[in-house]
Amino acid sequence: MTSVSLRPSGFDELGLRRALSDRLLPFLVAAMAFLAALALAGWVGAASLAREWQAGSGSSLTVQVPRPGDPAQRDSGPKDAPPKDAPPRDASEGDSDKASGSAAGGTRIERTLSLLAGTPGIDTARRLSDAQLTDLLRPWLGAGAGRLDLPLPAVVAVRLSDPATDLDALARRLSAEVPGVLVESHGTWVGRLTALARSLQACAGLALLLVVGVAAAVVAVATRSGLSARRAAIEIVHGLGATDGYIAGRFAARATLLATIGGAAGALLALPVLVALAGLAAPFAGGSVPAEQGVIAFLAALPTPIWASLVALPAGAAAIGFVTAQGTVRRWLRRMP
Amino acid sequence: MVRFEGVGLRYRAIGRAGRSPEVLHDISFTLPDGVFRWLLGPSGAGKTSLLRLMYLAVAPSRGHLTVLGTDVSAAPRRALPRLRRRIGVVFQDFRLLPHLSAFDNVALPLRISGRPEGQVRADVTEMLRWVGLAKRIEAYPSQLSGGEQQRVAIARAVIARPSLLVADEPTGNLDDAQAERLMQLLHEMSRLGTTVVVATHNDRLVARHPAPALLLEHGRLTGHH
Repeated sequence: MTSVSLRPSGFDELGLRRALSDRLLPFLVAAMAFLAALALAGWVGAASLAREWQAGSGSSLTVQVPRPGDPAQRDSGPKDAPPKDAPPRDASEGDSDKASGSAAGGTRIERTLSLLAGTPGIDTARRLSDAQLTDLLRPWLGAGAGRLDLPLPAVVAVRLSDPATDLDALARRLSAEVPGVLVESHGTWVGRLTALARSLQACAGLALLLVVGVAAAVVAVATRSGLSARRAAIEIVHGLGATDGYIAGRFAARATLLATIGGAAGALLALPVLVALAGLAAPFAGGSVPAEQGVIAFLAALPTPIWASLVALPAGAAAIGFVTAQGTVRRWLRRMP
Repeated sequence: MVRFEGVGLRYRAIGRAGRSPEVLHDISFTLPDGVFRWLLGPSGAGKTSLLRLMYLAVAPSRGHLTVLGTDVSAAPRRALPRLRRRIGVVFQDFRLLPHLSAFDNVALPLRISGRPEGQVRADVTEMLRWVGLAKRIEAYPSQLSGGEQQRVAIARAVIARPSLLVADEPTGNLDDAQAERLMQLLHEMSRLGTTVVVATHNDRLVARHPAPALLLEHGRLTGHH
C-alpha cells in the first residue's frame, strides 16, 4: 500500500534551513542566471541579426551604369570618361521603377532597367535618385557632392525574388547589352556577416552551456556541503526507515527553492541591461528605437524571445537545482546499507 | 524472527591498506517472534556491532542474516527501508535530532511512514505522557536532562509499535523507578509479540528481570541460554 506523507509543510527534520543557507546558494545562482540571461540575449540577438541580414541584404545587388544618358549601343564605347556633350541627367529618371525603355533604342539606363525587368528571379529594380546618390557620397565628398558636377554613374538597386539567381550570367548579359555596367552583389559580404553572426550565436550557446554546467556544479557543491553538515541527522532518519527518495526529496525541495529565488533575482537584475542592449541593437535588427521615452516603452521594445528567456530562467534554475540535488544525494546515499 | 547463521562482521577500512580485523566471528542463533533476550558481555565484546547488524546499520561480511523473515544478505537495498520501519532502536547516546522538539523527535518514525498528521499528534502526545514528558513536549534535547532525553529516545523507538526492539543500555540514565517502568514496557511489548533484545552491563537489572541471554566474548557467541 502506498501511503501519502502528510507531514507538516514546515517540518525540517534534516535541519536543511541552516545546512543549505538561504544566502550563498541563491547569490551564486543569481550570478549564474544573470550570465545566462546575457548569453541567451546574445544567442537571440545574433540569430535575429543573421536572419535580418540574410532576408534583407542577402537577396539584393546594385548595378552601376556609367554614362546613363548615352544612347544604348552594342559596341563598347570609351569607358574612362564620358563624352563632353553628354546630356545632363534627367532628375525625372530617378524614380522610374522597372522602366521599360524602348529596348535597343533608349538610353543606357533605360536599356539596363528594361533588361533587369525582363530577367526572371528579379523582384524590383529601382534607380536611385540624385538625392539618394548624394546621400551615399556625403561621407566621402561632403554635403556639396551634388554641386561638383561629377560624372556619376546611375545606380540601380535590385532586389531578387529568387536568391539562387545566376548573377554571373546576368552580369554578362548586361555587359553585352550595356558595356561598362558593373554588377555588385552583396551576397559575399552578407555571407561573411551571417557566418560571423552564426559564430556569435554558437559562442553564446556555448557560454550558456558553461553557465548551466557551473550552476549545476555550484548546486552539487552546496548539496555535498549540506550532506556533510547533516550526516548524523541523515543516518538517524535513514535508520528510522527513510528511503533514498525521501531524503533526496528533502534536499531537492530546499535546493529547488533556493535556485528558483536565485534564478528570479538574476533575471530581474539582467532586465535593465537587456533593455539597454535591445535599444542599441534595434536598428541593426530591423527594429526601431522606441520613440517614447519611458519604462513601459523600453520594456515593450524587448523582443519576445528574450522575454520568454527571462521567464524561463527561474524555471531552468529550479530544474537544475532539483535534478542536481536529487542526483548528488542519491549517489551519496548509495554508500549507506 | 531473527536468525544469524555463521555471521561474521568486518568494518570497511577507510584510508588504510589491507583488510580490517573481523569484530564478530561465526555468530549463529535464532530468536523466535515475541521473545525477550538480554545481550551480555564485557566492553568490546561486540554487543553494539551485533545490535547494528540487527537494526540493519551494517551488512554482514559473511554468513546469512534473517531479520523479521527477510534474508538481509540477499534482499535488494530498496527493500530495507520498509524493514527498518519495523525495527525500533534505543541508542546508548540517544541520537535525538537537536533541532527538533521532543514531540517532533518522537513523531519522526510515524511521519517517515507517512501516517496522517492527526494520528501522529494523538499517538505522540499519548506516548510522551506515558514516559512522563507531557509538559516537555516542545522542549529541545538541549533543554532536557539525560534521563529525559533517554525517555524521548525510548518513546521514539516504540511509537511505531515495532516487531523488533533493540536497545543498547536503555536504562543507563534512568533512576530505578524509571528503569522499572521501562522494563515493564519492554516485557509488555514482548508479550504482545515484539522481539526484544537489550544489551546491558547492569547486573542488578538483569537479576531483577531474569530472562534468556546471549553471551558475547571477543566477538564470539559463548552462550545462549
